Amino acid sequence: MGFVSRGFRGRPRDEGVKLPPGQYLVHDFPVLSAGPTPRVPLDRWEFAIDTEDGQTHRWSWQELMALPAETPTVDLHCVTKWSKLGTDWKGVSLDTLFADVESSAEYALVYSYGGYTTNLPVEDLLDGKAWIAYQFDGEELAAAHGGPARLLVPHLYLWKSAKWVQGIRLMNEDWPGFWETAGYHNYGDPWREQRYQGD
Amino acid sequence: MNSRRLVWRIARLVEIRDETPSARTLVLQIPGWPGHLAGQHVDVRLTAEDGYSTQRSYSIAAPADGERVELTVQRVPDGEVSPYLTEELTVGDEVEIRGPVGGWFVWRPNGTAPVLLVAGGSGIVPLMAMIRARRQAGSRTPFRLIYSLREPGERYYAEELRLPHPGLDVTYLYTRAVPDGWARPAGRLTIADMNTGGWPADFGPECYICGPTGFVETASDILLAMGHDARAIKTERFGPTGG
Ligand SMILES: Cc1cc2nc3c(=O)[nH]c(=O)nc-3n(C[C@H](O)[C@H](O)[C@H](O)COP(=O)(O)OP(=O)(O)OC[C@H]3O[C@@H](n4cnc5c(N)ncnc54)[C@H](O)[C@@H]3O)c2cc1C
Repeated sequence: MGFVSRGFRGRPRDEGVKLPPGQYLVHDFPVLSAGPTPRVPLDRWEFAIDTEDGQTHRWSWQELMALPAETPTVDLHCVTKWSKLGTDWKGVSLDTLFADVESSAEYALVYSYGGYTTNLPVEDLLDGKAWIAYQFDGEELAAAHGGPARLLVPHLYLWKSAKWVQGIRLMNEDWPGFWETAGYHNYGDPWREQRYQGD
Repeated sequence: MNSRRLVWRIARLVEIRDETPSARTLVLQIPGWPGHLAGQHVDVRLTAEDGYSTQRSYSIAAPADGERVELTVQRVPDGEVSPYLTEELTVGDEVEIRGPVGGWFVWRPNGTAPVLLVAGGSGIVPLMAMIRARRQAGSRTPFRLIYSLREPGERYYAEELRLPHPGLDVTYLYTRAVPDGWARPAGRLTIADMNTGGWPADFGPECYICGPTGFVETASDILLAMGHDARAIKTERFGPTGG
């Protein structure tokens, strides 16, 4: 028999909702970031994919807006324990952005305005699993939540969904990002509760 | 890089100190605790009889001291975990803890740059660990604390912060009610407060901001507007509202 906290009952459980282990449900949208919120003017905004051979593909804000958009509804799981279900986004699938990118790299390092980085396998960005999102709940994405645009990879803990995204560097080697260097898990699957290194 | 696996440990509550009517410091004894840095936090896990369990994060309020770990928990009305920790848990009870977590929002006593601490409400907790770590290490690094809270009765660590600490200046800002004869009217943090209670940007201070999200956003925007280097501003966000 495992540990029991004397006298703890917890909230009434909604059996219909299944959350990853250790997560609890919220209805607001908390914010997690390690420093100040960068403000990026749209006329200077640019998104890039850099391949392992030194090729760079770039999109201005207008070019991003001109690409076909999708409107995924996804669940978010933050490593600080909250989960938010059924969130509505609009953005461009990374499959669309990768369409003309020639690369056989297995690893990606995502980098942001403001200096943030996070790493993940390239396959986690493809096949309808990730977007460059610029609207949340029908509104322009607020700067505090990563606007003008953020990466959205909802099947991993939310720190992988880099806010203020600026580009993705494709690499043959895995290169740990900001939180990954600070002791958080390299992959970050909420369903396997991969919060910290060694989990 | 720290590749030590973070295991769940059983912590026993050995002492309780009331900070305010709705916040208390819990002193825990954790066999095997590996030590921590000022600014880090722990995960607390509660498990009900039927196996349901839930976790929350709490900052550590004091520097490493063997197997003793201090947390200060604010009771959030209708919360699932904080009312349990502040009202139900008594000396001798056990909770599960793992950590320390977070290698970014930390201050090390060998730091020499001046330090600005900006706290909103319970955001004081990890900043107090830094103040205590500075004193414990006999560090002379100049510290300034700006502590914003609703009213004087909500101050944590009031006695300890009243004592003179050479090299530490403390400024209180009240957002709802001020003590009698207090010069600054009640109100939210402004650039004038940061100018008076903080450091000029060209002193190159390390800035730590902790509190509710809105407070952290305001404080870091003010520091950027004053010319502080974004890379020298570290933030920790506690909760959606309050403070
Ligand atoms: C890194 C980190 C460090 C933290 N350190 C501390 C600490 O040192 N001391 C401390 O008291 N808390 C700290 N917190 C907050 C703590 O983890 C919990 O969120 C808080 O105790 C509320 O949990 P709960 O289960 O009581 O409330 P929940 O059941 O989770 O929430 C109940 C309601 O209260 C709202 N709420 C949640 N948090 C707050 C809040 N802080 N203020 C006002 N309303 C809120 C929720 O939106 C919800 O509507 C920290 C959080 C993080 C991420």
